[in-house]
Amino acid sequence: MKVILRYPKREVEVSGRRRVKELLRDLDVLPETVLVIRGSELLTADAVVGEDDVIELRPVISGGAW
Amino acid sequence: MKCKKCGETAALDLRRHNAAFCSPHFIEFFRKQVREAIRHYRMFEPDDTVMVAVSGGKDSLALWDVLIEEGYRTCGVYLDLGIFDYSVESRAKCEAFAAARGQTLVIERVAEAVGAPIPVVQKATRRPTCSACGLSKRYLINRAALTHGYTVAATGHNLDDEAATLFGSVMHWQTDALSRQAPMLPSTHPKLIRRVKPLYRLSERETAAYAFLRGIDYIVEECPFARGATSLAHKDVLNRMEEASPGAKHNFLFGFLDKARAAFEAAESVTLLECASCGQVTTGEICAFCKLADQVKRHTAP
Repeated sequence: MKVILRYPKREVEVSGRRRVKELLRDLDVLPETVLVIRGSELLTADAVVGEDDVIELRPVISGGAW
Repeated sequence: MKCKKCGETAALDLRRHNAAFCSPHFIEFFRKQVREAIRHYRMFEPDDTVMVAVSGGKDSLALWDVLIEEGYRTCGVYLDLGIFDYSVESRAKCEAFAAARGQTLVIERVAEAVGAPIPVVQKATRRPTCSACGLSKRYLINRAALTHGYTVAATGHNLDDEAATLFGSVMHWQTDALSRQAPMLPSTHPKLIRRVKPLYRLSERETAAYAFLRGIDYIVEECPFARGATSLAHKDVLNRMEEASPGAKHNFLFGFLDKARAAFEAAESVTLLECASCGQVTTGEICAFCKLADQVKRHTAP
């Protein structure tokens, strides 16, 4: 499957079906820091993603100060 | 995972609540949390007029969306920081959001008020960029709300922002900052607008999910000056704790608000004056914003 990451924006290929929580663990991404997006839907940690999927891991963390 | 409410496939799992929700029920949950925040701190009433500070990011646009949907009288204020393409894109997101919903968007240019855009301000001062930027934002939002006759200024600070700020203040035992950190800061002077943070009960991931599920077109890219910001390091520490112990961030922030804040507030008291230069509220003779503008003026003078 194709996984889109940001900061910097890049794509990585990951092979094999797995649960979202396993995908995040394999890519060393904390679940609390991203939305897992497939097309127009959000995926939960137990959702299974497969070879043909395009998955965006969109960061949710903002920096800066007020 | 199934939605706790209806049993349909869930869109978001919330470990700290031991729950998961489908899209419609998550949106319902999110709005309920905002309503509870407004009610608990008596942030504003239906007859108040609320100026929402919007950056084009997920938090502030999600907040504006909820307040519009809840029927409040609002307008947005966008501060053009002059940060290259980032400001151009974020302003366009705010303008499109406001236009699609028939809302007023006030635009304040930092370069006009301070004398230079943020990248030049950064060079003119020895402050971290986010510090000078934050100071300018607080000043200009208060001034804009006063000028346009709004009774409340609302910002999109979420639970992660507040927990990270608290963490930073505790790390350095900044008791003055601890006394001022609250979801609602009342107006304590005729020229000081009430400030509220209606998203303080919701995590950053939850505000991002709300924005996504509502189809809000927000700027995903981070401000280029935020890279390496201390607040990001604090958020990273807190998110690692959250991973090990769901609810850690919530307990940290809410424990402070419920049990500790009052003691810091009682220990700190300040006398508010009006700045001899601009007339806005300050604790000294000249306010920090005018000092900053003066520093920029000297730096940019031929």
